[in-house]
Amino acid sequence: MSAVTVENDDHHDHGPAKGFMRWIVTTNHKDIGTMYLVFALAMFFVGGVMALIIRSELFEPGMQFVEPQFFNSMTTMHALVMIFGAVMPAFVGFANWQIPMMIGAPDMALPRMNNMSFWMLVAGILLLFSTLFVEGGAPAAGWTMYPPLVLQTGNALPFAIFSIHLLGISSIMGAINIIATIFNMRAPAMSLMKMPLFVWTWIITAFLLIAIMPVFAGAVTMLLTDRFFDTSFFDAAGGGDPVLYQHLFWFFGHPEVYVLILPTFGIASTIIPVFARKPLFGYASMVYATAAIAFLSFIVWAHHMFLVGMPLVGELYFMYATMIIAVPTAVKVFNWTATMWKGAMTFETPMLFSVAFVILFTIGGFTGLMMSLAPVDFQYHDTYFIVAHFHYVLVPASIFMIMAGCYFWLPKWTGNMYDERLGKLHFWLSVISVNILFFPQHFLGLAGMPRRIPDYAVQFADWNMISSIGAFVYGFSQLLFVYIVYKTIRGIDCEKATDEVWEGASEHGLEWRLPSPVPYHTFETPPDEIPTEHF
Amino acid sequence: MNNELERKHTKLVRKLFFVVIAMFGFGFALVPIYDVFCDITGLNGKTAQVAAVETKYEIDTTREITVEFVTSLNESAPMLFFAETKKIKVHPGQYYTVNFYAENKTNKPMIARAIPSITPGPAANFFKKTECFCFTEQRFEPNQGKTMPVRFVVDTDLPAKYKTITLAYTFFDNSTISVKQ
Repeated sequence: MSAVTVENDDHHDHGPAKGFMRWIVTTNHKDIGTMYLVFALAMFFVGGVMALIIRSELFEPGMQFVEPQFFNSMTTMHALVMIFGAVMPAFVGFANWQIPMMIGAPDMALPRMNNMSFWMLVAGILLLFSTLFVEGGAPAAGWTMYPPLVLQTGNALPFAIFSIHLLGISSIMGAINIIATIFNMRAPAMSLMKMPLFVWTWIITAFLLIAIMPVFAGAVTMLLTDRFFDTSFFDAAGGGDPVLYQHLFWFFGHPEVYVLILPTFGIASTIIPVFARKPLFGYASMVYATAAIAFLSFIVWAHHMFLVGMPLVGELYFMYATMIIAVPTAVKVFNWTATMWKGAMTFETPMLFSVAFVILFTIGGFTGLMMSLAPVDFQYHDTYFIVAHFHYVLVPASIFMIMAGCYFWLPKWTGNMYDERLGKLHFWLSVISVNILFFPQHFLGLAGMPRRIPDYAVQFADWNMISSIGAFVYGFSQLLFVYIVYKTIRGIDCEKATDEVWEGASEHGLEWRLPSPVPYHTFETPPDEIPTEHF
Repeated sequence: MNNELERKHTKLVRKLFFVVIAMFGFGFALVPIYDVFCDITGLNGKTAQVAAVETKYEIDTTREITVEFVTSLNESAPMLFFAETKKIKVHPGQYYTVNFYAENKTNKPMIARAIPSITPGPAANFFKKTECFCFTEQRFEPNQGKTMPVRFVVDTDLPAKYKTITLAYTFFDNSTISVKQ
């Protein structure tokens, strides 16, 4: 009899392990999701401090605070930390928390690999930070790491490359895990075309990741052997070609920017219908638009290289192929707008962020469309215009939707409602300051200010000062977010969240049918029915 | 977790892992693919690495092509390097010889390599060199200067839209990595 009891205990572990080791060895998707999100938040602040160093130096013309070499390290590290340390891990965090609950699965498909991919991410980022302390300084050739410039990096180069290998392996393992979970562990009633859109966007993102990360790993490996083992992949003296690196990099780099935006689309498509109290408009077209964007992302890479020297037909092909991406993207924007149309809308914080996302992402999309025109790109290339463009599609789009996702699901995860008044304050501070921060950079770019420079001509002074003021307001208002999240997790003067959390949400997703806070283990048996009305 | 599910996971993960390995290989496969692609189209302006056989063309006196010569030094090369003629007008099909001068500015022997490049790129396939110092590495004694001829012809098949061809050479100091030393 005692043997039977022991066996039962093994299989019915109801709560998390106690103490510190819980977080080291956990294989629970909710714990790992939390770790990813907390880690992403920490990296968001580290990358943010780097951004503020950049904006402090650019507050006035002339050299004020840092050496040019360190300034260049900051632009490079800011990009790498924000992309690989903040935005991607935040999305993986959401995927870990939400995908099993949204598809009615008990956990991720490969829980141990899940744990390993998180800790490899931490190791990769620590290795990247270690470059700040080696001789020759951190990588300073830009996040694109073009040779031959990047080969002049000091001792940091191999550390940066191995760090990219680790980060790449971590995200490939995460992607494989997500694909296996979605393919094999859906509730029986949930066919592919009944999956929530967040799940759809993530599966497409995961396929992008396993296709591009290995190519990037290969390209940086070639940099490594060029530097240390006398190969000549990119060295003209040995018969190589530095332009080849740019092709390899952007074969990775362009799909990578969609890795950073597709899950954003998924979160927006989840939040907007709930607060518009309507089904998502055009579910199937959303799925196909996402797939179309992912496919197109593989065949447009050289629009980053219009100035490298391409024959006219090449420029024309990459120009038109790039413009076509605006079509599926516009389908999405119109669908979100149509979802809101005549909806019984309320504007809680997640919805405010989502509405701002739709508007500001559209601005970022349009500037992208401007740059897809090869002849005008000659003017915009490597100016602050491109900086303004990709920050518009990353900050008020990806970052805003990550924030929105936190406000949206935090009550479900913690069982406590966040402070709506503070949430709205956070939103308004963010949305105003982010525009003060990035909008003037369009003007700077059009006036000819190059990117990645620590000093600039005096005619750029005014807009730079305004942009820097916006940066500080935006940066410090994010501390409010940390306070709100802390307050919600601890339950300090918070209302208790209901099981449904948002009015009518249980018709929009399986996760809202679970109790709040969600138990440590959910859907150990798959649910019999799923909300279908809204897909 | 039941066994059937575990089998499904293993099968899928194996396939996905295969995709990852294949894409890693694809990255490296792009290196030769890129070279072949550029060879065929001449897009990156690389000229042939070996001497062309001197064949007789019918000289096309109806048109004149301007050929410009540009020389530059890689940062690592402590040399003097220039073309004795900056530009000449040529008829397609006729052979010309121009001289380049390079000098080792150090008091050590040096092995250097000149890398040619043609602009516009697609014209590269129509620019044929029967003699060039760029086909092999060049050895320079301390402070030695050399006058080096380049003999070339512009193919008569050159499309009419190309009026000017620029031939650029960059000298790289390969002393530390050359296999010859």
